[in-house]
Amino acid sequence: MNKTAIIIGGGVAGMETAIQLLRLGIEVYLIEKESRLGGHLNSWDHLFPNRRDSKEVSEYLQLGMNEGISLHLNAEIDTLWNDKKKFNIKLKDGTRLNSDALVIATGYEVFDARKKEEYGYGIYDNVITSVELEEFLRNNELKRLFEGKTSKRVGIIHCVGSRDEKVGNLYCSKLCCVTGVKQAIEIRERMPDIEVFCFYMDLRMFDRYFEEMYFEAQEKWGVQFIRGRLSEAAENQDHTLLIKLEDTLTGLPLKMNVGLLILLVGFVPSPETRRLASMLGLKEGDDRFLCPADEHTLTNSTKIPGVFLAGTVKGPEGIAGTITDARAAALQVAAYLTSRE
Amino acid sequence: MKIEGKQRIWMDYQKEIADDHFFYVRSCVRQNFFPGSEKTFLRILQSELQKDIYENPSHTTCSGIGYHADIVPFETSMTMVARQFALMTEAGYENFTTSCITSFGLYSEVLETWHHFPETEQKTRDFLYKATGRTFKKPSNVSHASDIIFKFRKKISEKGKYRLINRQTGQPLRVVEHIGCHYSKMFPSKGVGGAEYPYVLTGMIDEWGGEVIDYPERRHCCGFGFRQYFVQANRGFSISCSKKKFESMEPYKPDMILTNCPGCPMFLDRWQYAISEMEGKTYGDNGYGIPVLTYEELAGLVLGYDPWDLGLQVHQVPIEPLLEKIGIPYDPEMKFRNISGQDIGRPESPSFLKFYPEKV
Amino acid sequence: MNFRVLGMKSFGYTITKDRQIDFDQNDRKVTGYINAIESSIRLCIGCGSCTGTCSAGHFTDFNIRRVITLVQRGETDQLKKEIRKCMLCGKCQLVCPRGVNLRNLILTIHNILETYGI
Repeated sequence: MNKTAIIIGGGVAGMETAIQLLRLGIEVYLIEKESRLGGHLNSWDHLFPNRRDSKEVSEYLQLGMNEGISLHLNAEIDTLWNDKKKFNIKLKDGTRLNSDALVIATGYEVFDARKKEEYGYGIYDNVITSVELEEFLRNNELKRLFEGKTSKRVGIIHCVGSRDEKVGNLYCSKLCCVTGVKQAIEIRERMPDIEVFCFYMDLRMFDRYFEEMYFEAQEKWGVQFIRGRLSEAAENQDHTLLIKLEDTLTGLPLKMNVGLLILLVGFVPSPETRRLASMLGLKEGDDRFLCPADEHTLTNSTKIPGVFLAGTVKGPEGIAGTITDARAAALQVAAYLTSRE
Repeated sequence: MKIEGKQRIWMDYQKEIADDHFFYVRSCVRQNFFPGSEKTFLRILQSELQKDIYENPSHTTCSGIGYHADIVPFETSMTMVARQFALMTEAGYENFTTSCITSFGLYSEVLETWHHFPETEQKTRDFLYKATGRTFKKPSNVSHASDIIFKFRKKISEKGKYRLINRQTGQPLRVVEHIGCHYSKMFPSKGVGGAEYPYVLTGMIDEWGGEVIDYPERRHCCGFGFRQYFVQANRGFSISCSKKKFESMEPYKPDMILTNCPGCPMFLDRWQYAISEMEGKTYGDNGYGIPVLTYEELAGLVLGYDPWDLGLQVHQVPIEPLLEKIGIPYDPEMKFRNISGQDIGRPESPSFLKFYPEKV
Repeated sequence: MNFRVLGMKSFGYTITKDRQIDFDQNDRKVTGYINAIESSIRLCIGCGSCTGTCSAGHFTDFNIRRVITLVQRGETDQLKKEIRKCMLCGKCQLVCPRGVNLRNLILTIHNILETYGI
């Protein structure tokens, strides 16, 4: 009897889990709600820490997607249930699927920056998110952001939607700091006459080569780091922004005018993740991301036999970490399916 | 500036404002600075809008000033607030409306405290009964008077004789709006539009034809604050707060400032005089300063009431340039005459801030 | 608008000076000179290791970390007065994790203030 697995989510985690399961001889169904695979990987231009083109990672994943994987795109899930023999899914278009194992890889969304009313996202003309900046970088349209602007200064704001009780997200999204440093360097590389300031509470340069990027940003590119969380932004008559914060290292309040504000938005669990979790009865943490069966030793399993987790459903993670996690998930799935025979 | 972004936020911060049958409590000190305002509010509600609005002359202060100046303990404040509610209940009313913004903040704070800590409500009932023999019901709606003018702004606009348009240029008047801190900074959900982009005064200006100015120090406090202000030597802090706002709004060339708190217009009006005396600097057109109005005064002007009936003659920053911009007629002869028509004399002329009439 | 130096009214209080750093108004000329000559100043992360070991900092209010941060903000009014408190012992440079050349930085500041007559 063929061992089958359904993977919900065709982003980095879903794709890599599918690729590995196929290699292990498992029959795989991959369900993705968008019209194409890749998830958030499609949003990034160059990846930290080595600044390589994200398309290379996309290509690697695409290469693994061969006909052995039964792919359902534009597929939204209507209902999902576990009858103890199989996992059953009915899609909104009526298609029915079932399998012996289920992998939840429905990922995350970025924080909606409009919730930070005092930053003026969606109100002031020159406030964008880090995700939107990647789009400009990808299309080589960075210069357009500064066309006709009176100010040659950019402010990058860390911790937008993370570490913030007011928006209900106490956790750290971990990867925004290095994204900010990367984008600061990218702007300085392409437009040397633009001054870049990063406004942070703490700098989380936790992974290999991250600290070296911070060093490079300061030494080579003259990016200025000011420790102070943005209190408020207001628009001037010429559409530049007046920002106010405390310069905590001098203990004085500070104000300055910038031409563009880039908000480093964090991760939030996707509504679909939470919906599926409640249909299955999976445990959410206080931060609303999903909980694995054990934080150290069973990081891809859940308390429901046959249901596995891969990728950012469990919390903020980068591309490299997600690929590794997906491979671990695939191994757990394969081991589970083998043990059932 | 994308107005849709603000509109989205305004949709999030809607609040219940009662329709009719109001129990009105006055401000302690507003009558001194803006003598016509409360009378105008009552006149608008009764004559123009045919609403039932009642006030009991034996109502007291809410003790907001004392509470915020650290003189009155919170338990006392709660009991005084309870007595106000008792008067409301005895008169058969459920909708409470306040003239002062600090009162509004205090009533909201007391009701929230009672909601989250019911034992404090019980204690307050005991205190009130022991002290006065009164009992009370909590109001079903607490609104500030500016909320009510906001709610009926369309009706006022329909009955209005004047629009907020500069008749010389044909352009809408540029209006700075300034809400009192106690209106929505403490409880954003209790203010129309929330704390970041409050809509209560913006809505009035939009409806009556003006253009709202969004300037960087829009959110900054005028500096009133109570505690430091009462000590003369500390007023430097207060005046500096207002000065920061004036410096920030100056490049936008506002025609007037609209406020909804008793303290804010007093400050924003008087400090322009004090700053001009201390530093020689004036804001606004040609040394005339930027006129500051309360929402009742503005509503009254829109409805065509006589400016001197509204009490505009006691404003430190002369109001006449604004009246001329809108095209509201006024009689300069009547400015310094009392009800009987007697001349009450002239105030001392400021050194730098220009004054009407220029010749004393 | 005319100013009268004499005869300004006093009301018993003065307008308080704004202590907020107005980044755009600050004259960053001196900052520019310092950065050009001793560019390792840019590496500072404000960790405070320097100040923690500073000999002068224990018995005066001299705070070398704060002085360097203020220089980068363009707040150089007090720089001449502050920098004279440093005795050039070099302990700060020994502990700096980023390799800021602190002794040279301090000598550079002295030279620039001297050269430009500040």
